[in-house]
Amino acid sequence: MLKILDSAVPIACWSCSIGHNDSTLFCPHCSKIQPPPGGDFFQVFSLERRFSVDLPALEHEFHRLSRRVHPDRFARAGENEREWSLADTALLNDAYRTLKDPLHRTEYLLKLEGAEIGEEHAGKNRASEDGKGPKDPSRVPADLLEEVFELNMQLEEMRMARKMGDHSSDEDLSPGPPDLHADLEMAQKKFEGLLGHVDEDLRAQWKVWDEGDAGARLAAQKTMVALLDRRRYLSNLVRDVNEVLGA
Amino acid sequence: MQGDAPVVIPGVDGLNLVPSVVALDPVPPQGSVSGGGRPTVTVGNTARKALIETPERVIYSVKRLMGRGLEEIQDELKLFPFRLADDVEAGEVPRITLGELRFTPPEISAYILRQLKRNAERFFGAPVTQAVITVPAYFNDAQRQATKDAGRMAGLEVLRLVNEPTAAALAYGLDRAKEGTIAVYDLGGGTFDISILKLRDGIFEVQSTNGDTHLGGDDIDNLLQAVALDEIYAEHGVDLRGHPGAVQALRKAAIDAKISLSTEDVAKFDIELPNGDRYQREIPRAVFELLIEPVLDRTAGPCKQALADAGITADQIDEVVLVGGSTRIPAVRQLVDDLFHLAARGKKPHTELNPDEVVALGAAVQADILAGASKTTEEMLLLDVTPLSLGIEALGGTVARIIQRNSTIPASATEHFTTGVEGQTNVAIHVVQGERELAADCRSLARFDLKGIPPMSAGLPRIEVKFLIDADGILKVTAREQRSGQAARIEVKPTYGLTDEQVESMILDSFDHAEEDFAKRLLIEARNEAETILAAVERAPESPAWGQLTGEEQAATFAARDHLASAKLGEDQSAIREATLVLDRATRRFAELMMDAAVTTAIRGKTMEAAGDDLGEAVNAPHPMAAAEFK
Repeated sequence: MLKILDSAVPIACWSCSIGHNDSTLFCPHCSKIQPPPGGDFFQVFSLERRFSVDLPALEHEFHRLSRRVHPDRFARAGENEREWSLADTALLNDAYRTLKDPLHRTEYLLKLEGAEIGEEHAGKNRASEDGKGPKDPSRVPADLLEEVFELNMQLEEMRMARKMGDHSSDEDLSPGPPDLHADLEMAQKKFEGLLGHVDEDLRAQWKVWDEGDAGARLAAQKTMVALLDRRRYLSNLVRDVNEVLGA
Repeated sequence: MQGDAPVVIPGVDGLNLVPSVVALDPVPPQGSVSGGGRPTVTVGNTARKALIETPERVIYSVKRLMGRGLEEIQDELKLFPFRLADDVEAGEVPRITLGELRFTPPEISAYILRQLKRNAERFFGAPVTQAVITVPAYFNDAQRQATKDAGRMAGLEVLRLVNEPTAAALAYGLDRAKEGTIAVYDLGGGTFDISILKLRDGIFEVQSTNGDTHLGGDDIDNLLQAVALDEIYAEHGVDLRGHPGAVQALRKAAIDAKISLSTEDVAKFDIELPNGDRYQREIPRAVFELLIEPVLDRTAGPCKQALADAGITADQIDEVVLVGGSTRIPAVRQLVDDLFHLAARGKKPHTELNPDEVVALGAAVQADILAGASKTTEEMLLLDVTPLSLGIEALGGTVARIIQRNSTIPASATEHFTTGVEGQTNVAIHVVQGERELAADCRSLARFDLKGIPPMSAGLPRIEVKFLIDADGILKVTAREQRSGQAARIEVKPTYGLTDEQVESMILDSFDHAEEDFAKRLLIEARNEAETILAAVERAPESPAWGQLTGEEQAATFAARDHLASAKLGEDQSAIREATLVLDRATRRFAELMMDAAVTTAIRGKTMEAAGDDLGEAVNAPHPMAAAEFK
């Protein structure tokens, strides 16, 4: 892929002095371990930037590279090589962790492509959230406004009921009023279903981006950013419902 | 490792287990301990005997104190006879009083490690300087660092800290279940771990781990002990709590009762009290199980969390491995069976390897992997995870997580910081470990002070801080100011723990003997090398390559051999080395002939046969160098 070569800085191998581009864990000439390369996570696996990834192949490559680069393989090597093995393995692990997870990968690639993403879903910067889930009405997807309002009422009612029931037994939480419980279970199913739809939509956009030209890609990126926002919102809701239902 | 299989090196008493009990020996008559000499201690089974006679000079279960601060160990103090030095201040590493002296937990631990080191040296007849040490998987950064410090004090270079459940998986996984998902349930004396691993092509990839570093057999002993103490008080009016020796005797009886209840239906207490009365009691197994149920139930939560984190259900676990002495308790096995639906799926947990030894066996396998020279472990690789999330305290005391728990290690995260005030040259960062939302509820690891930031307008400096959790699960931090290109200096103040200088000053083997020891070691090493080459030459005539040498070459080899054999009897290590070199040169052509590919294959075939002989049964593993199966 031309782009990789363009961005790669040629550097000389510390061991054999032959130049190579700065995107490889090992020297292509003498196979010696190199300091952490400067490229992105896709380059670690010699992959093109794509949203769809062949996961079994990725795992296979992760294992293959791990066998070569892991600090266990450099326990008796010189200090530099040990240091690089540690840094390279951390990079490899970080890359694998990001690319194997569909959401992490989507967010990562969108960012690489310059898209602005509101908030990562992985709990990072959770500090800026209010901790209790979605309360900010401006973030509610318009088509869900009514249902979310009703759900929040039900959640609050359930929490109250729980609090009252707490005195009777400190064993299992009381299930609360039965019809409220049933309502919440229905909401849980509904929002989980919506979450599934978002994931399907995301996958469709992956394909559009992976196969499209520059224009199509830009549009797909925009759609994906919006889908991620919606997804984050829905998953917070589901988390709250699960919490209250004591799942 | 002996051949393809790890073995446990016995202690002086011939027993495989060295209990982690340390007793300070009585002060010698000339007794000038403060005069520079190191105090002498007894470790293991003999120290255990001293528990009853001189309880104030003995400590056990020190693992519970490793890497912990004063306020964290208050609960332990209620249950264990740990006697804290009275001048310990908050923020200091707690010191424990033994007799007239005080020790930090890593020092106590170092005495145990030194004993193990000596046992190994006796076994090998050579110095042992490097070690792989196992720790509970759920140990945090400070507990790991304290363990490494202990190794250093004992004169050991710690090559790797391995998580105990993972080590157990290594020991079991030498050849069984080439593919699949396994759960390791490790209930030891003081800690509980659960790890879920995926095995594939020799790669042991930990998916998730969870646990409780304060849950184990000790808690069961404490329960039995408390019941007995209460009953003795109620029935005989004797409060044993004021008699440490008697409490320890009772504790021993409680442990014996616990152990016998794993095989018997009833255990008996029969203890003579200080007033001459006897406390006699029968404990039916059903009563025992009822008593310990709350303790065992505490292992269920971590198991469920580990499954959830691995993204699998109990039914997707192919194998369960039981580790730790407490898993001998039938009620524990029943709980594990229920948790992972084993019986329902026609499965049984793995208990073939001694649960007290399996972790040590796994550590030996990991050491073999690190040594890199063994065919047995060549294809094996362990990919472990960090048990706890790493975070930075953000505004308002909340935690911004930068490395999630169960991330494969080494793992890293890069964060950017800036200044809030004009010309500010310092930035303080508070690093915590844990899953709670507030920094105050997490374990404080360290406060970093980024210093030497060039004075700039507020918000302009861009300091890149790289957090890296290494393969031991220990955090390393580096920082760089990006606009000026200056490497910011970091001052790390660990929240708990010893400084490098403190560790240095606590190294057990005094430097007085260093030179003498070194000479001795060189001699031993030279002799070992000589031994190796002599043995090779002894076997040489059996090799087809030998016949290709001229008579002269053969004679020269024998002459060099005889010269080395006689040098080896002397004490001069340089003479031995020189003679070794001469023999090495004399056999060079022979060695080249041996390199012949056909010869190499023949040797490999022979080794395989030999491996089969060692096992006393056919090797039915899929590839010739596959490891021996454990029985």
